[in-house]
Amino acid sequence: MDLVLEGIKDAFLLLVRGDRDVLRIVVLSLAVSGSATIISLVIGVPLGAVLGLNNFPGKKLLASFINTGMGAPPVVVGLAVTILLWRSGPLGLLHLLYTPWAMIIAQCIIALPLIAGFTLATMQQLDPRLRTQIIALGASRAQMVWLLLREARLPLLAAVMAGFGAVISEVGASMMVGGNITGQTRVLTTATVMETGKGDFPMAISLGLILMLLVYAVNLILTMAQQRKYSR
Amino acid sequence: MVRVDSLNVSAGETLVIVGPNGSGKSSLLLSLALLLKPAGGTLCYAGSRVTSSRTALALRRQFAVVFQDPLLLQTTVMENVTLGLRLRGVGRAEARARAQVWLDRFGIGHLAGRQAKTISGGEAQRASLARAFVLSPQLLFLDEPFSALDAPSRQSLIEDVHQVLKQTRVSTIIVTHDRNEALTLADRVAVLIGGEIRQLGTPSEVFSAPVDESVASFVGVENILPGNVVSSGEGIVSIAVSGIQVDGISSLEAGEAVTVCLRPEDITLALPSLEPVTSSARNRLKGKVARIVAHGSQVRVTVDCGFDLVALITRRSCEEMGLVTGKDIVATFKASSLHLIKRH
Repeated sequence: MDLVLEGIKDAFLLLVRGDRDVLRIVVLSLAVSGSATIISLVIGVPLGAVLGLNNFPGKKLLASFINTGMGAPPVVVGLAVTILLWRSGPLGLLHLLYTPWAMIIAQCIIALPLIAGFTLATMQQLDPRLRTQIIALGASRAQMVWLLLREARLPLLAAVMAGFGAVISEVGASMMVGGNITGQTRVLTTATVMETGKGDFPMAISLGLILMLLVYAVNLILTMAQQRKYSR
Repeated sequence: MVRVDSLNVSAGETLVIVGPNGSGKSSLLLSLALLLKPAGGTLCYAGSRVTSSRTALALRRQFAVVFQDPLLLQTTVMENVTLGLRLRGVGRAEARARAQVWLDRFGIGHLAGRQAKTISGGEAQRASLARAFVLSPQLLFLDEPFSALDAPSRQSLIEDVHQVLKQTRVSTIIVTHDRNEALTLADRVAVLIGGEIRQLGTPSEVFSAPVDESVASFVGVENILPGNVVSSGEGIVSIAVSGIQVDGISSLEAGEAVTVCLRPEDITLALPSLEPVTSSARNRLKGKVARIVAHGSQVRVTVDCGFDLVALITRRSCEEMGLVTGKDIVATFKASSLHLIKRH
């Protein structure tokens, strides 16, 4: 028990002092996971919308891939990206392995199915008559899709939360493709694992607390936006 | 499946398509509004054939459609009403000014800033109508717009829409299963049954002279009886219905098989002892009350006079005559009340 209490006390001291290494880790974590979430949104929302609004051969197969991807283990994603970016791998010439870019790629692969899957489910849950009504109002196809996405913005915020939550908290893929290099690819999760392994619990607890606070802060903002719309 | 040989609506006209549930009314309307691709056939607008999807979009922007459910988006009433204008590139300020006019016109101007989901069903349908009229459409489609409303809201909205249609003279196609809506709103009525237009004409033509039994039944003729013309002369025909003779006005010849149509509200009931000595009604049938069923403020009385005859009388009349099952009664109706359909 003393270990935990001491750990928490030291963690608060680290946070209050504004440790430079910790700050660098926080910034990199936000940059990598934020970028991965945004890229996944840009690709995943249109992909989910196309799947949700159209019927075409192979749609069910594609949807099943996305659903499978929603539960893909980060270590498997990490392994696949590592092989892809390995010096002798298909994309080895890009020299991206053990860089933040590799981590963004891996996290995109984790977040993309979540966001696309949520979007697909959301679009399918919209009243199909709404689509007819919007077209009847004179919307072009692009305008119709945009209006439907706007209509589904609240569930889509949940997709953003799920995507960001998944990538900011994953460790397996980031460790494998980033290498947990000090000042370069060390993020909150990989650093927490490392400090725990070293037995530096105050540092590990402080990193864990920061991670929890970050996830909470981002979700608080999104939830407030979501619930404000609902409560109007 | 809906199969329509041809159907047109003229500028400024209100065409009401009536028919029972499942007759294909909404599918027909969606096809006409370019929201459902027909399996075959041609759609022409102002003489030009609709060919490509680009043409369809341009045309849809000259139309407006109101559905049974208002289907408002999750935003303010004002944003909903301006949406069609905004999609057409109208500026926000102009769109809001135009929308406010129509919101006021439909009596919900004070709700402009409210979230659409917080207003009542009747108010939402008014917003939906404002959203359609604000577009100044060349052609307006209304798909059962009043059927989801409660009776007072429905009646009030029908009257408002009637006024607006009369004032704007926008060409309108309305789909409904409600005969009274058709009578109130239509310049012409098309009766759609089983995916086919059985009759097309003015409301008085369709409702007083249905062309076949199915149309007669749909437009509220409850007495549809098979008979044979037994004599004919000077425009008056005598028809035998289950051995009972009734007179009608027609030029049919003796021996021809007919279907006799008689609306229940055209029949008068009287007790034999209180029957007026003189009456212009040519048909007078004695019988017994077979069944009495309350129908809102009125009572539907079935009289067995050799065949069943259904009459619609007021609740008060029923009470004053003390009608009960088995009581003797006299049913009278004018020869001109009979509509005769020649059977082949």
